[in-house]
Amino acid sequence: MAVHEILAATNAVVTLDVAIPGTVWPWLVTVNMWAKSIGTGVIFMLFLLLRKHPEQAASLRFPTTVVSIIFIHIFLLFTLADLHQPFRMWHIFFYPHLNSAITIGAWMATLFVGLLFLLAFLSFIKKDNVAFDKTLTWVTILAIPVTLYTAALMSQCTARELWQMPTESAQMILAALLSGSAFMILLGGSKLGYEAKKTLGVVLGLSAFMSFTLYMAEYIFGPMKAEEVAAVLEYIKGDGPYTVMFWLGQWVAYLLPMLFILLSRASKSESILKLAAIFALAGLWLVKHVWLMIPQLLPMS
Amino acid sequence: MQLGFLVDLHLCMGCKGCEIACKVENEVPLSTWRLRVKYVDVGTFPETRRTFTPLRCNHCENAPCERICPVSALHYLENGIVNIDKERCIGCAGCVMACPYGAIYIDPQTQTADKCTYCAHRVASSMMPACVVACPVQANIFGDLDDPMSNISKYITKNQGNIQVRKPEKGTNPHHYYVGGGNVTLNPLASHRIEGHSLFNNITTLPVGGHH
Repeated sequence: MAVHEILAATNAVVTLDVAIPGTVWPWLVTVNMWAKSIGTGVIFMLFLLLRKHPEQAASLRFPTTVVSIIFIHIFLLFTLADLHQPFRMWHIFFYPHLNSAITIGAWMATLFVGLLFLLAFLSFIKKDNVAFDKTLTWVTILAIPVTLYTAALMSQCTARELWQMPTESAQMILAALLSGSAFMILLGGSKLGYEAKKTLGVVLGLSAFMSFTLYMAEYIFGPMKAEEVAAVLEYIKGDGPYTVMFWLGQWVAYLLPMLFILLSRASKSESILKLAAIFALAGLWLVKHVWLMIPQLLPMS
Repeated sequence: MQLGFLVDLHLCMGCKGCEIACKVENEVPLSTWRLRVKYVDVGTFPETRRTFTPLRCNHCENAPCERICPVSALHYLENGIVNIDKERCIGCAGCVMACPYGAIYIDPQTQTADKCTYCAHRVASSMMPACVVACPVQANIFGDLDDPMSNISKYITKNQGNIQVRKPEKGTNPHHYYVGGGNVTLNPLASHRIEGHSLFNNITTLPVGGHH
Protein backbone atom coordinates (compact mmCIF):
# COMPACT_ATOMS: atom_id res chain seq x y z
CA MET A 1 0.00 0.00 0.00
CA ALA A 2 1.43 3.37 -0.98
CA VAL A 3 1.97 6.09 1.59
CA HIS A 4 -0.95 8.24 0.44
CA GLU A 5 -3.24 5.20 0.53
CA ILE A 6 -2.20 4.36 4.10
CA LEU A 7 -2.81 7.96 5.13
CA ALA A 8 -6.21 7.98 3.49
CA ALA A 9 -7.11 4.68 5.15
CA THR A 10 -6.02 5.59 8.67
CA ASN A 11 -6.73 9.30 8.63
CA ALA A 12 -4.11 9.46 11.35
CA VAL A 13 -2.61 12.75 12.48
CA VAL A 14 0.29 13.39 14.85
CA THR A 15 -1.30 15.66 17.43
CA LEU A 16 1.45 15.85 20.03
CA ASP A 17 5.13 15.18 19.55
CA VAL A 18 8.45 16.81 20.15
CA ALA A 19 10.02 18.91 17.44
CA ILE A 20 11.89 16.61 15.10
CA PRO A 21 15.45 17.45 14.00
CA GLY A 22 15.92 19.67 10.98
CA THR A 23 18.68 19.17 8.43
CA VAL A 24 21.45 17.00 9.85
CA TRP A 25 23.93 17.25 7.00
CA PRO A 26 23.60 20.75 5.52
CA TRP A 27 25.01 22.46 2.41
CA LEU A 28 28.52 22.06 3.82
CA VAL A 29 28.29 18.39 2.91
CA THR A 30 27.15 19.31 -0.60
CA VAL A 31 30.30 21.40 -1.02
CA ASN A 32 32.28 18.49 0.39
CA MET A 33 30.98 16.10 -2.29
CA TRP A 34 31.17 18.66 -5.10
CA ALA A 35 34.77 19.65 -4.33
CA LYS A 36 35.87 16.03 -3.94
CA SER A 37 34.40 15.21 -7.35
CA ILE A 38 36.53 17.93 -8.94
CA GLY A 39 39.62 17.05 -6.89
CA THR A 40 39.59 13.42 -7.97
CA GLY A 41 38.04 14.01 -11.39
CA VAL A 42 40.88 16.20 -12.68
CA ILE A 43 43.32 13.43 -11.73
CA PHE A 44 41.31 10.93 -13.79
CA MET A 45 41.35 13.32 -16.72
CA LEU A 46 45.06 14.07 -16.46
CA PHE A 47 45.72 10.32 -16.52
CA LEU A 48 43.52 9.98 -19.62
CA LEU A 49 45.04 12.97 -21.43
CA LEU A 50 48.61 11.85 -20.79
CA ARG A 51 47.78 8.63 -22.62
CA LYS A 52 45.65 10.00 -25.44
CA HIS A 53 47.30 13.39 -26.02
CA PRO A 54 50.65 13.20 -24.19
CA GLU A 55 52.30 16.17 -25.88
CA GLN A 56 49.45 18.59 -25.26
CA ALA A 57 48.87 17.36 -21.71
CA ALA A 58 52.53 17.48 -20.72
CA SER A 59 52.35 21.05 -19.48
CA LEU A 60 49.23 20.32 -17.45
CA ARG A 61 50.94 18.05 -14.94
CA PHE A 62 51.63 20.72 -12.34
CA PRO A 63 48.52 22.93 -12.84
CA THR A 64 46.25 19.88 -12.58
CA THR A 65 47.98 18.74 -9.41
CA VAL A 66 47.51 22.20 -7.90
CA VAL A 67 43.81 22.21 -8.83
CA SER A 68 43.38 18.79 -7.25
CA ILE A 69 45.19 19.90 -4.08
CA ILE A 70 42.99 23.00 -3.82
CA PHE A 71 39.70 21.15 -4.28
CA ILE A 72 40.66 18.26 -2.02
CA HIS A 73 41.47 20.82 0.65
CA ILE A 74 38.12 22.52 0.11
CA PHE A 75 36.57 19.08 0.58
CA LEU A 76 38.56 18.52 3.78
CA LEU A 77 37.87 22.01 5.10
CA PHE A 78 34.13 21.68 4.65
CA THR A 79 34.20 18.18 6.14
CA LEU A 80 35.88 19.66 9.19
CA ALA A 81 33.50 22.61 9.28
CA ASP A 82 30.55 20.25 9.35
CA LEU A 83 31.80 18.42 12.43
CA HIS A 84 30.22 19.52 15.69
CA GLN A 85 33.56 18.81 17.41
CA PRO A 86 36.13 19.67 14.72
CA PHE A 87 39.05 19.76 17.16
CA ARG A 88 38.51 16.07 17.84
CA MET A 89 39.12 15.11 14.21
CA TRP A 90 42.34 13.41 15.30
CA HIS A 91 40.23 10.74 17.05
CA ILE A 92 39.66 9.23 13.59
CA PHE A 93 43.34 8.31 13.43
CA PHE A 94 43.81 7.28 17.06
CA TYR A 95 40.46 5.59 17.82
CA PRO A 96 39.56 4.27 14.37
CA HIS A 97 36.52 2.11 13.74
CA LEU A 98 37.35 0.18 10.63
CA ASN A 99 33.74 -0.78 9.82
CA SER A 100 32.94 2.87 9.22
CA ALA A 101 33.22 4.31 5.72
CA ILE A 102 34.00 7.67 7.36
CA THR A 103 37.18 6.25 8.93
CA ILE A 104 38.34 4.47 5.80
CA GLY A 105 37.53 7.53 3.71
CA ALA A 106 39.45 9.86 6.02
CA TRP A 107 42.50 7.63 5.91
CA MET A 108 42.38 7.29 2.12
CA ALA A 109 41.85 11.03 1.64
CA THR A 110 44.87 11.72 3.87
CA LEU A 111 47.02 9.35 1.83
CA PHE A 112 45.64 10.93 -1.35
CA VAL A 113 46.66 14.41 -0.16
CA GLY A 114 50.15 13.14 0.64
CA LEU A 115 50.49 11.67 -2.85
CA LEU A 116 49.22 14.88 -4.43
CA PHE A 117 51.98 16.82 -2.68
CA LEU A 118 54.44 14.21 -3.95
CA LEU A 119 53.14 14.83 -7.49
CA ALA A 120 53.57 18.55 -6.97
CA PHE A 121 57.13 17.97 -5.80
CA LEU A 122 57.92 15.73 -8.77
CA SER A 123 56.47 18.15 -11.31
CA PHE A 124 57.51 21.52 -9.86
CA ILE A 125 60.71 20.93 -7.89
CA LYS A 126 62.24 17.78 -9.35
CA LYS A 127 60.74 18.15 -12.82
CA ASP A 128 60.82 14.37 -13.27
CA ASN A 129 58.01 13.47 -15.68
CA VAL A 130 58.76 9.74 -15.65
CA ALA A 131 58.47 9.52 -11.86
CA PHE A 132 55.41 11.80 -12.02
CA ASP A 133 53.63 9.53 -14.50
CA LYS A 134 54.45 6.40 -12.49
CA THR A 135 53.15 8.03 -9.30
CA LEU A 136 50.12 9.37 -11.14
CA THR A 137 49.06 5.82 -11.97
CA TRP A 138 48.88 4.99 -8.26
CA VAL A 139 47.20 8.30 -7.44
CA THR A 140 44.58 7.61 -10.12
CA ILE A 141 43.93 4.15 -8.68
CA LEU A 142 43.59 5.63 -5.18
CA ALA A 143 41.32 8.39 -6.52
CA ILE A 144 38.70 5.72 -7.33
CA PRO A 145 38.01 4.63 -3.70
CA VAL A 146 38.45 8.23 -2.51
CA THR A 147 35.64 9.15 -4.89
CA LEU A 148 33.51 6.16 -3.95
CA TYR A 149 33.77 6.20 -0.17
CA THR A 150 31.09 8.87 0.19
CA ALA A 151 28.72 6.49 -1.60
CA ALA A 152 29.63 3.81 0.94
CA LEU A 153 29.05 6.29 3.74
CA MET A 154 25.65 7.27 2.36
CA SER A 155 24.76 3.61 2.02
CA GLN A 156 25.67 3.02 5.66
CA CYS A 157 22.92 5.49 6.49
CA THR A 158 20.33 2.76 7.00
CA ALA A 159 17.70 5.42 7.66
CA ARG A 160 18.00 6.93 4.18
CA GLU A 161 16.50 4.36 1.84
CA LEU A 162 17.03 6.60 -1.20
CA TRP A 163 20.81 6.17 -1.05
CA GLN A 164 21.57 2.69 -2.34
CA MET A 165 25.14 1.58 -2.82
CA PRO A 166 25.34 0.48 -6.49
CA THR A 167 23.55 3.60 -7.70
CA GLU A 168 25.35 6.05 -5.43
CA SER A 169 28.77 4.65 -6.30
CA ALA A 170 27.96 4.99 -10.00
CA GLN A 171 26.75 8.54 -9.41
CA MET A 172 29.91 9.43 -7.51
CA ILE A 173 32.26 8.16 -10.18
CA LEU A 174 30.19 9.80 -12.91
CA ALA A 175 30.21 13.08 -10.96
CA ALA A 176 34.01 12.89 -10.81
CA LEU A 177 34.25 12.22 -14.55
CA LEU A 178 31.76 15.01 -15.33
CA SER A 179 33.38 17.63 -13.12
CA GLY A 180 36.93 16.50 -13.92
CA SER A 181 36.39 16.75 -17.66
CA ALA A 182 34.55 20.05 -17.28
CA PHE A 183 37.31 21.56 -15.19
CA MET A 184 40.02 20.32 -17.58
CA ILE A 185 38.22 21.90 -20.54
CA LEU A 186 38.45 25.21 -18.69
CA LEU A 187 41.97 24.61 -17.37
CA GLY A 188 43.30 23.45 -20.76
CA GLY A 189 43.10 26.94 -22.25
CA SER A 190 45.50 27.29 -25.15
CA LYS A 191 47.60 24.33 -23.98
CA LEU A 192 45.06 21.75 -25.11
CA GLY A 193 44.15 21.52 -28.77
CA TYR A 194 40.62 21.05 -30.06
CA GLU A 195 41.05 17.26 -30.40
CA ALA A 196 42.01 16.89 -26.75
CA LYS A 197 39.11 19.08 -25.72
CA LYS A 198 36.83 17.03 -27.93
CA THR A 199 37.93 13.93 -25.98
CA LEU A 200 37.08 15.71 -22.74
CA GLY A 201 33.77 16.76 -24.27
CA VAL A 202 32.94 13.12 -25.00
CA VAL A 203 33.68 12.17 -21.38
CA LEU A 204 31.59 15.10 -20.17
CA GLY A 205 28.69 14.30 -22.46
CA LEU A 206 28.65 10.57 -21.73
CA SER A 207 28.92 11.00 -17.96
CA ALA A 208 26.13 13.60 -18.08
CA PHE A 209 23.98 11.18 -20.07
CA MET A 210 24.66 8.28 -17.70
CA SER A 211 24.03 10.36 -14.59
CA PHE A 212 20.81 11.74 -15.99
CA THR A 213 19.68 8.24 -16.92
CA LEU A 214 20.36 7.00 -13.39
CA TYR A 215 18.46 9.88 -11.79
CA MET A 216 15.51 9.36 -14.09
CA ALA A 217 15.57 5.62 -13.39
CA GLU A 218 15.43 6.34 -9.66
CA TYR A 219 12.76 8.98 -10.20
CA ILE A 220 10.52 6.60 -12.11
CA PHE A 221 11.29 3.17 -10.67
CA GLY A 222 12.39 4.04 -7.10
CA PRO A 223 8.83 4.45 -5.79
CA MET A 224 7.96 0.99 -7.11
CA LYS A 225 10.49 -0.58 -4.75
CA ALA A 226 10.16 1.01 -1.36
CA GLU A 227 7.59 3.02 0.58
CA GLU A 228 10.26 5.37 1.98
CA VAL A 229 11.77 6.07 -1.42
CA ALA A 230 8.31 6.90 -2.75
CA ALA A 231 7.76 9.29 0.15
CA VAL A 232 11.16 10.94 -0.31
CA LEU A 233 10.71 11.41 -4.05
CA GLU A 234 7.46 13.26 -3.38
CA TYR A 235 9.69 16.17 -2.32
CA ILE A 236 10.86 16.57 -5.92
CA LYS A 237 7.50 15.98 -7.56
CA GLY A 238 4.53 18.31 -8.06
CA ASP A 239 4.64 21.14 -5.54
CA GLY A 240 7.46 19.49 -3.57
CA PRO A 241 9.93 21.84 -1.85
CA TYR A 242 12.83 20.67 -4.02
CA THR A 243 11.04 20.13 -7.35
CA VAL A 244 12.35 23.31 -8.95
CA MET A 245 15.91 22.80 -7.73
CA PHE A 246 15.88 19.16 -8.85
CA TRP A 247 14.83 19.95 -12.42
CA LEU A 248 17.06 23.02 -12.56
CA GLY A 249 19.96 20.78 -11.57
CA GLN A 250 19.09 18.14 -14.15
CA TRP A 251 18.93 20.75 -16.91
CA VAL A 252 21.99 22.72 -15.90
CA ALA A 253 24.21 19.75 -15.01
CA TYR A 254 23.19 17.27 -17.65
CA LEU A 255 20.70 18.21 -20.36
CA LEU A 256 22.12 21.59 -21.40
CA PRO A 257 25.76 20.42 -21.33
CA MET A 258 24.79 17.45 -23.53
CA LEU A 259 23.10 19.82 -25.96
CA PHE A 260 26.04 22.24 -25.90
CA ILE A 261 28.51 19.43 -26.56
CA LEU A 262 26.54 18.34 -29.61
CA LEU A 263 26.46 21.94 -30.81
CA SER A 264 30.18 22.40 -30.20
CA ARG A 265 30.98 19.26 -32.20
CA ALA A 266 28.77 20.45 -35.05
CA SER A 267 30.29 23.93 -35.09
CA LYS A 268 33.76 22.99 -33.78
CA SER A 269 33.32 25.74 -31.22
CA GLU A 270 35.48 25.70 -28.10
CA SER A 271 33.42 28.49 -26.57
CA ILE A 272 30.28 26.35 -26.54
CA LEU A 273 32.32 23.51 -25.03
CA LYS A 274 33.46 25.85 -22.26
CA LEU A 275 29.86 26.90 -21.69
CA ALA A 276 28.94 23.22 -21.30
CA ALA A 277 31.75 22.83 -18.76
CA ILE A 278 30.63 25.84 -16.69
CA PHE A 279 27.02 24.64 -16.70
CA ALA A 280 28.04 21.12 -15.68
CA LEU A 281 30.11 22.34 -12.74
CA ALA A 282 27.37 24.66 -11.48
CA GLY A 283 24.59 22.15 -12.05
CA LEU A 284 26.43 19.36 -10.28
CA TRP A 285 26.24 21.33 -7.03
CA LEU A 286 22.47 21.66 -7.39
CA VAL A 287 21.99 17.98 -8.20
CA LYS A 288 24.14 16.85 -5.27
CA HIS A 289 22.39 19.24 -2.91
CA VAL A 290 18.90 18.06 -3.77
CA TRP A 291 19.86 14.39 -3.39
CA LEU A 292 21.49 15.14 -0.04
CA MET A 293 18.56 17.12 1.33
CA ILE A 294 15.43 15.23 0.36
CA PRO A 295 15.92 12.09 2.49
CA GLN A 296 16.50 14.35 5.48
CA LEU A 297 13.03 15.85 5.17
CA LEU A 298 11.33 12.56 5.99
CA PRO A 299 10.38 12.07 9.67
CA MET A 300 12.12 8.97 11.00
CA SER A 301 9.85 8.39 13.97
CA MET B 1 22.87 -11.28 29.07
CA GLN B 2 21.02 -9.29 26.42
CA LEU B 3 18.94 -6.49 27.88
CA GLY B 4 15.77 -5.50 26.12
CA PHE B 5 12.72 -3.32 26.46
CA LEU B 6 9.08 -3.95 25.86
CA VAL B 7 6.26 -1.42 25.89
CA ASP B 8 2.69 -2.60 26.23
CA LEU B 9 0.79 0.00 24.25
CA HIS B 10 -2.51 -1.31 25.65
CA LEU B 11 -1.40 0.00 29.03
CA CYS B 12 0.31 3.26 28.06
CA MET B 13 -1.94 6.24 28.76
CA GLY B 14 0.38 8.95 27.45
CA CYS B 15 1.12 10.55 30.83
CA LYS B 16 4.68 11.31 29.71
CA GLY B 17 5.99 10.39 33.16
CA CYS B 18 8.72 8.29 31.49
CA GLU B 19 9.69 11.24 29.30
CA ILE B 20 10.13 13.55 32.28
CA ALA B 21 11.91 10.92 34.38
CA CYS B 22 14.37 10.37 31.54
CA LYS B 23 14.96 14.11 31.17
CA VAL B 24 15.67 14.51 34.88
CA GLU B 25 17.74 11.37 35.31
CA ASN B 26 19.99 12.03 32.33
CA GLU B 27 19.93 15.83 32.42
CA VAL B 28 18.78 15.91 28.83
CA PRO B 29 19.05 19.52 27.60
CA LEU B 30 16.16 21.63 26.40
CA SER B 31 15.04 20.94 22.82
CA THR B 32 16.34 17.36 22.87
CA TRP B 33 14.83 14.08 24.02
CA ARG B 34 16.11 10.58 24.66
CA LEU B 35 12.60 9.29 25.15
CA ARG B 36 9.36 10.80 24.04
CA VAL B 37 5.72 9.81 23.81
CA LYS B 38 4.06 10.54 20.50
CA TYR B 39 0.32 11.10 20.28
CA VAL B 40 -1.40 10.11 17.06
CA ASP B 41 -5.14 10.65 16.58
CA VAL B 42 -6.84 8.14 14.31
CA GLY B 43 -10.16 8.21 12.50
CA THR B 44 -12.82 10.79 11.76
CA PHE B 45 -15.07 12.38 14.39
CA PRO B 46 -16.99 10.87 16.19
CA GLU B 47 -15.19 7.57 15.45
CA THR B 48 -11.80 8.64 16.74
CA ARG B 49 -9.19 7.40 19.17
CA ARG B 50 -5.85 8.61 20.41
CA THR B 51 -2.77 6.39 20.46
CA PHE B 52 0.33 6.86 22.61
CA THR B 53 3.73 5.52 21.59
CA PRO B 54 6.87 5.88 23.71
CA LEU B 55 9.85 6.15 21.35
CA ARG B 56 13.47 5.66 22.38
CA CYS B 57 16.67 4.04 21.11
CA ASN B 58 15.99 0.45 20.03
CA HIS B 59 19.43 -0.84 21.07
CA CYS B 60 19.62 -2.83 17.86
CA GLU B 61 21.57 -6.04 17.68
CA ASN B 62 22.78 -4.88 14.26
CA ALA B 63 23.01 -1.17 15.02
CA PRO B 64 23.60 1.17 12.05
CA CYS B 65 24.81 3.89 14.42
CA GLU B 66 27.53 1.64 15.84
CA ARG B 67 28.57 0.61 12.34
CA ILE B 68 28.89 4.13 10.93
CA CYS B 69 30.58 5.75 13.95
CA PRO B 70 34.15 6.50 12.83
CA VAL B 71 35.64 6.54 16.31
CA SER B 72 33.63 3.82 18.11
CA ALA B 73 32.02 6.44 20.33
CA LEU B 74 28.92 4.31 19.87
CA HIS B 75 29.71 0.84 21.09
CA TYR B 76 28.09 -2.28 22.48
CA LEU B 77 28.24 -3.15 26.16
CA GLU B 78 28.39 -6.82 27.07
CA ASN B 79 24.76 -6.69 28.19
CA GLY B 80 23.65 -5.63 24.69
CA ILE B 81 23.19 -1.93 25.44
CA VAL B 82 24.37 0.38 22.66
CA ASN B 83 26.25 2.94 24.71
CA ILE B 84 27.90 6.22 23.78
CA ASP B 85 31.19 7.76 24.83
CA LYS B 86 30.62 11.49 24.55
CA GLU B 87 34.27 12.28 25.15
CA ARG B 88 35.26 10.39 22.03
CA CYS B 89 32.46 11.59 19.71
CA ILE B 90 33.62 13.99 16.97
CA GLY B 91 30.09 15.17 16.13
CA CYS B 92 30.03 14.01 12.52
CA ALA B 93 26.32 13.17 12.93
CA GLY B 94 26.74 10.00 10.89
CA CYS B 95 24.81 8.14 13.59
CA VAL B 96 21.97 10.65 13.41
CA MET B 97 21.79 10.04 9.67
CA ALA B 98 22.06 6.27 10.03
CA CYS B 99 19.51 5.64 12.77
CA PRO B 100 16.22 4.64 11.12
CA TYR B 101 14.34 5.44 14.34
CA GLY B 102 15.42 9.07 14.73
CA ALA B 103 16.62 8.18 18.22
CA ILE B 104 19.94 10.05 18.21
CA TYR B 105 20.40 13.78 18.66
CA ILE B 106 23.28 16.22 18.90
CA ASP B 107 23.47 17.54 22.45
CA PRO B 108 23.44 21.36 22.10
CA GLN B 109 25.60 21.75 25.21
CA THR B 110 28.37 19.27 24.42
CA GLN B 111 27.94 19.25 20.61
CA THR B 112 28.22 15.48 20.63
CA ALA B 113 25.78 12.72 19.75
CA ASP B 114 23.58 11.38 22.52
CA LYS B 115 20.70 8.98 22.95
CA CYS B 116 18.94 6.63 25.34
CA THR B 117 21.38 4.23 26.97
CA TYR B 118 18.70 2.22 28.81
CA CYS B 119 20.12 4.15 31.79
CA ALA B 120 23.32 2.07 31.61
CA HIS B 121 24.65 3.83 34.72
CA ARG B 122 21.59 2.74 36.73
CA VAL B 123 21.65 -0.76 35.27
CA ALA B 124 25.31 -1.07 36.32
CA SER B 125 24.10 -0.42 39.90
CA SER B 126 21.33 -3.04 39.57
CA MET B 127 18.64 -0.39 39.26
CA MET B 128 15.90 -0.20 36.66
CA PRO B 129 15.97 2.57 34.01
CA ALA B 130 14.33 5.77 35.21
CA CYS B 131 11.44 5.49 32.75
CA VAL B 132 10.54 2.02 34.05
CA VAL B 133 10.41 3.27 37.61
CA ALA B 134 8.30 6.29 36.66
CA CYS B 135 5.64 4.44 34.67
CA PRO B 136 2.45 4.35 36.77
CA VAL B 137 0.92 1.44 34.86
CA GLN B 138 4.01 -0.73 34.31
CA ALA B 139 3.74 -0.38 30.56
CA ASN B 140 7.55 -0.38 30.33
CA ILE B 141 9.05 -3.81 30.89
CA PHE B 142 12.80 -4.12 31.02
CA GLY B 143 14.99 -7.16 31.49
CA ASP B 144 17.24 -9.89 30.19
CA LEU B 145 16.03 -11.38 26.91
CA ASP B 146 18.36 -14.35 27.39
CA ASP B 147 16.76 -15.31 30.70
CA PRO B 148 13.49 -17.21 30.09
CA MET B 149 12.36 -16.39 33.64
CA SER B 150 12.76 -12.62 33.29
CA ASN B 151 9.63 -10.48 33.16
CA ILE B 152 10.31 -9.40 29.61
CA SER B 153 10.82 -12.97 28.35
CA LYS B 154 7.62 -14.10 30.06
CA TYR B 155 5.73 -11.14 28.60
CA ILE B 156 7.01 -11.94 25.12
CA THR B 157 6.03 -15.60 25.50
CA LYS B 158 2.58 -14.65 26.79
CA ASN B 159 1.95 -12.23 23.92
CA GLN B 160 3.39 -14.26 21.07
CA GLY B 161 1.73 -13.22 17.85
CA ASN B 162 1.20 -9.68 19.08
CA ILE B 163 4.79 -8.51 19.44
CA GLN B 164 6.09 -5.86 17.07
CA VAL B 165 9.30 -3.98 16.42
CA ARG B 166 9.72 -0.74 14.52
CA LYS B 167 10.84 -1.02 10.88
CA PRO B 168 11.74 -4.73 10.86
CA GLU B 169 12.60 -4.43 7.16
CA LYS B 170 15.75 -2.48 8.06
CA GLY B 171 17.37 -5.64 9.45
CA THR B 172 18.54 -3.93 12.61
CA ASN B 173 17.08 -6.54 15.00
CA PRO B 174 15.89 -4.11 17.66
CA HIS B 175 16.03 -5.13 21.31
CA HIS B 176 12.95 -3.02 21.85
CA TYR B 177 9.52 -4.52 21.44
CA TYR B 178 5.94 -3.35 21.48
CA VAL B 179 2.76 -5.18 22.38
CA GLY B 180 -0.40 -3.89 20.73
CA GLY B 181 1.41 -1.76 18.21
CA GLY B 182 0.30 -1.22 14.65
CA ASN B 183 0.95 0.70 11.51
CA VAL B 184 -0.19 4.02 12.96
CA THR B 185 1.83 3.74 16.15
CA LEU B 186 5.05 2.29 14.74
CA ASN B 187 5.25 3.53 11.14
CA PRO B 188 5.93 7.28 10.90
CA LEU B 189 4.74 7.30 7.30
CA ALA B 190 1.27 6.11 8.32
CA SER B 191 0.25 9.41 9.88
CA HIS B 192 0.07 13.01 8.75
CA ARG B 193 2.51 15.36 10.42
CA ILE B 194 0.89 18.71 9.78
CA GLU B 195 3.41 21.54 9.83
CA GLY B 196 2.89 23.86 12.78
CA HIS B 197 -0.11 22.05 14.28
CA SER B 198 0.34 20.37 17.62
CA LEU B 199 -1.55 20.43 20.92
CA PHE B 200 0.72 22.77 22.84
CA ASN B 201 3.00 24.50 20.35
CA ASN B 202 3.59 24.99 16.66
CA ILE B 203 7.26 24.03 16.48
CA THR B 204 7.70 21.02 14.22
CA THR B 205 11.46 21.08 13.59
CA LEU B 206 14.49 22.34 15.47
CA PRO B 207 18.08 22.83 14.29
CA VAL B 208 20.35 19.87 14.97
CA GLY B 209 22.70 20.60 17.87
CA GLY B 210 21.30 24.12 18.13
CA HIS B 211 22.88 25.30 14.89
CA HIS B 212 23.51 24.37 11.21
